[in-house]
Amino acid sequence: MGALGHFIEREGIPAAQISLIREQTAAIKPPRALWVPFMLGRPFGAPNAPDFQRKVLRALLALFDRPSGPVLEDFKEDAPVDAVGETTFACPVSFAQADTDSDDPVKAMRREIAQLAPWYELARKRRGRTTVGVSGLTMEQAANFAAGFTGDAPASPYDARLSAGVALKRVCDDLKAYHYEAVAAQPGNLSSREIDRWFWFETITGKVFLAIQQACLRSDDKSLQPLGKLSLVPRAIAHALAEKARTAA
Amino acid sequence: MARLSDLPEWERHHHLDKISALPDYGVTPYALGPPLNQRRVAIVTTAGLHVRGDRAFEMGSADYRIIPGDAPAGNVVMSHISVNYDRSGFQEDINVVFPIDRLRELEAEGAIGSISDFHYSFMGASQGHTLEAKARELAGLMKKDGVDAVLLTPV
Repeated sequence: MGALGHFIEREGIPAAQISLIREQTAAIKPPRALWVPFMLGRPFGAPNAPDFQRKVLRALLALFDRPSGPVLEDFKEDAPVDAVGETTFACPVSFAQADTDSDDPVKAMRREIAQLAPWYELARKRRGRTTVGVSGLTMEQAANFAAGFTGDAPASPYDARLSAGVALKRVCDDLKAYHYEAVAAQPGNLSSREIDRWFWFETITGKVFLAIQQACLRSDDKSLQPLGKLSLVPRAIAHALAEKARTAA
Repeated sequence: MARLSDLPEWERHHHLDKISALPDYGVTPYALGPPLNQRRVAIVTTAGLHVRGDRAFEMGSADYRIIPGDAPAGNVVMSHISVNYDRSGFQEDINVVFPIDRLRELEAEGAIGSISDFHYSFMGASQGHTLEAKARELAGLMKKDGVDAVLLTPV
């Protein structure tokens, strides 16, 4: 992010950025930066908080009035609402029943997708939008494709122009977005961390993702290896699983 | 949350370890412009956003996607390769990443001069120095559009 500030400003256009990791921004020294104490992924603080978002935006725009730089200022107010890190996970709602005994991950994923469908449709109606749709596949097609990677013979990419890794990443993003949007519509007003934990520890799809990760790491396909290492399972989940394994040992 | 002191040690080290590998971008340039209420504002995000149907981002992508200012929120999706940040906020409200509605409000009240007809997205997981050529190309486009205030928003 800070690099872009340098490049654009060198061309004569003033640029001001949000900084999420202050220490990195301080090292890069972009022309103007407003550090905010918000979680990664939420540079304007919180969803559906227009007054707060406007406050952050005004603070960012105010940096253009500074006569000289570089400028790195702190936005000291914490974001509202989300209870990340403040609650223990006690899920108050009835989620799709995880079926860990199933030998057929495709069937289990499709069942889970079907169970979540009313919630997903409700979320889409309420929000007037969905972020599902990067792969262009239906959820059933996505489940078929993704689950294929847990077996010995992964499916060919649904688009011949894509490597297996790129195709799989898009499908996994869609499946995850579908689950996240669906569960967010359920009662309980879950925090982002609670949704993460639900997805990774309670859903069939989360379990299939963990199996896919192992398959990617074992694969000779160079497009799958980086997916397994970096772009499928979040670091926080990997650490939680490692900790769980250590405790159990 | 993004205070390093609030993060687990392994996560804190992950972010701090990146600092030693950052290139030196040299002397910080600093351009001036007119008062804010006369400026034309564009958003350049590194959130890996694009219009539905446009090319999704991939590992190593160093180019940008165009997001028309009148693109409906429902037509903007995210294909960032990282899984280590929250997406539930963006799923709930595009403005938590791409504050287009907030900008329109500030334009309506006269706090900013105008909003560009086009906004742009890179994907922040790419190495900063690889973005230089496309960033300079983009700056040329924004100059033609009269943009004199760029808001850079990460995830």
